[in-house]
Amino acid sequence: MSKDFSILIGGGAGQGSRMAARLIGEVFNFLGYKVYVFEAYGSLIRGGHNFSQIRATTKGEEARKKEIDFLLALDKKTIDLHQSELKKSGTLIFNADRIDSKKGLGIKIERIVKEAGGKPIMANTALVSSFAKILGVDWDVLQAVLKKEIRHQIGLNLKIARYAFRQCDSLIKIKRYRKKRTSLLLTGNEAVAYGMARAGLDFYVAYPMTPSTSIMNTLAREDLGVRVVQAENEISVINMALGIAFGGKRVAVGTSGGGFALMVETLSLAGQSETPILIIESQRGAPATGMPTYNSQGDLLFVLSAGHGDIPRFVIAPGDAEQSGFYAGLGLNLAWKYQTPVILLLDKDISENTFTLDQKVFEKIKIEKPLLWNKKGEYKRYQFAKNGISPLAFPGQRDVVVKNTSYEHDEYGITIEKAELAKAMQEKRRRKMERMKKEVEKLPSLAVYGNRNSEIALVSFGISKGAAVEAAESLGIKVIQPIILEPFPQKKMKEALSGVRKIFTVELNATGQLAKLLAQNGIKTAGSILKYDGRPFFAQEIIEKLTI
Amino acid sequence: MKKKQLETYCEKTWCPGCTNFAILEAVKRAVLELEKEGVKRETLAFTVGIGCHAKMFDYLNLNSFYGLHGRALPLAQGIKLANPKLRVFSFVGDGDIYDEGISHLIHAAKRNADIAVFVHDNRNFALTVSQFTATSPKGFKGSSTPRGSVEEPFNPLELMMASGATFIARGYALRVEHLKDLIKKAILHKGFSFLEILQPCITFFDNRQFYQERIYELKGPFSKAKAEEKIKEWDYRNGKNKIPIGLFYKAEKPAFDELIS
Repeated sequence: MSKDFSILIGGGAGQGSRMAARLIGEVFNFLGYKVYVFEAYGSLIRGGHNFSQIRATTKGEEARKKEIDFLLALDKKTIDLHQSELKKSGTLIFNADRIDSKKGLGIKIERIVKEAGGKPIMANTALVSSFAKILGVDWDVLQAVLKKEIRHQIGLNLKIARYAFRQCDSLIKIKRYRKKRTSLLLTGNEAVAYGMARAGLDFYVAYPMTPSTSIMNTLAREDLGVRVVQAENEISVINMALGIAFGGKRVAVGTSGGGFALMVETLSLAGQSETPILIIESQRGAPATGMPTYNSQGDLLFVLSAGHGDIPRFVIAPGDAEQSGFYAGLGLNLAWKYQTPVILLLDKDISENTFTLDQKVFEKIKIEKPLLWNKKGEYKRYQFAKNGISPLAFPGQRDVVVKNTSYEHDEYGITIEKAELAKAMQEKRRRKMERMKKEVEKLPSLAVYGNRNSEIALVSFGISKGAAVEAAESLGIKVIQPIILEPFPQKKMKEALSGVRKIFTVELNATGQLAKLLAQNGIKTAGSILKYDGRPFFAQEIIEKLTI
Repeated sequence: MKKKQLETYCEKTWCPGCTNFAILEAVKRAVLELEKEGVKRETLAFTVGIGCHAKMFDYLNLNSFYGLHGRALPLAQGIKLANPKLRVFSFVGDGDIYDEGISHLIHAAKRNADIAVFVHDNRNFALTVSQFTATSPKGFKGSSTPRGSVEEPFNPLELMMASGATFIARGYALRVEHLKDLIKKAILHKGFSFLEILQPCITFFDNRQFYQERIYELKGPFSKAKAEEKIKEWDYRNGKNKIPIGLFYKAEKPAFDELIS
């Protein structure tokens, strides 16, 4: 029988509920479960209400669940806001030093910490340990997880954990499965950082913007061989990045919708000057500043059409951490293969939520060598190549002058205005687009889930894929997830749609942007299931909204 | 294109008699002298913004990136980060860098990025047929201000001192040898080099006589306090004061690319 645990832990910002959730997630990972942790927080540093919801399953669902089996409250607000979601058979576990409740199981976690000689922030260690005991987790398992995850004062934390562990009784005995040795927990942003590093990223340039910031922080913290530069604004970020690529080094930038908007003029420059760059755009509540710490998939049409003029580009939207890691690496390689911008379109829940993934995914990523000048004859940066891809050379190389330019140009890069030359250069870039179109049909550009023979298909992307798959599996229908959205994988989509009578898109925006993209590619949809309150889908919502 | 030639085959489209020709001449002389002193030509790379100044890209047969309006400096800093062995410089205009791209100028100076910046300051937007810029004097009559601009100019050298530039100089387009020396020094300086070039726009703002009556050559560099005093001697309003040119200030500090690696 499949297992499906839903655990919500909440507290004020600064109380460490997020770290506690990660530890609980790691415990379940250790026990062989698949884990998905949803993060909710506001745009503030201290106070407010933060919560994390852990879904630990044997099947691997990657969406929130409305009902909670265990509610862990670090403060009273958590109980007030979430007790209605707690199942009748569910268990409330609360911080008895701060909360007075007749229902549930109170644990004096702050007193435990004090008696063990710890600091107030370590209360979450006491809570996690108590909870592990309640679940019937063995001490050895908990100890291993704490040792792996806690970087500071592990001795003291273990002491607190041991003390808390002894003071509780087990309510259940959780079943343990065989853990896949290579499964680990990462956020989408962490996976992106590792994926890019595997593909040979040299530099990451960024300006902080939620929810992309933790890519920068991960690369700055971990020793992955990537140099991190924080520039004065997003315009500087992307221009600096183009300078780095021109100098011969692999580079990526990351931001959200607003920062990407500032980068758009330079996106056009990357296309025109044929300079390779990976741009990560993690969507959040919009328009404008919107709801910075909440989600939306409202930038889809924007990234597809951003930039003045006809620009060759790839747009890739992964739907979980494993895909994020893989496609970040693929995206960087594609940028260099085609000397053009690649946009990795994430969203807040992909970026910041935690997923179980198989770390073998990173072994699939290799550094692919771009087309380099063969040092024969005279170097022309924009040589009229048959497939539109002119060989690269870099400043500093002997016997070459490299000219990249924003103006329309001849083969050397010198500015021109002549009609015939202008037309020829536009056509060179168009040949590149044709080649990219063919490449997309060979790449893993979409994924199919659920009942492959179903006449009804949900088409979804990004974080919405998880809830769509869960809904489809319970309804016995199919899900198609286009991952590469530009160039659009027309043939692959046609194959995936064969036998399908009715198509519904599932997306987090108010106007059905994915449905519009499908329409542009000649695919009619019967309707769109939309959500635009900043929160990702529950599978149940999709089931309820679907009118077949 | 012959790689030995310092100029390209591109036809020059500056106005006949444009003072940019003099800057181009000074740059060519500087590059040839640097080569004689052992700097290899392939180790030079430059970026430009958009405006009359930017045509340097098409005329000089050197590694270069023709960027967007106001954005030459982030491009240049990126090149330097990617390959610290290169000597990287930028040609920019006054509208380009004192208006559109001002944040990049301040931050490149602040982080002491090892690039040299040559500002072709003709004190108006010329390529768009004359509008006022950040260094146009108050009362400047351009196409957007037929009755005269109402804004005071700022003094870019003062701004650069405040921002932490480690090489601050001013040249005059029509003193080619003097300008050539400043360009060479700026390229060789380790750290952020700022060279403001007063460049009369003979079509829209011909202040050649104004400059010739006031310009005198400094014997710098000076101490910070003295440099600040000299920088303030002329404040870009069209007053009666003399206009010093030359190297005002030079300091040694670790460069950004050394610190970030």
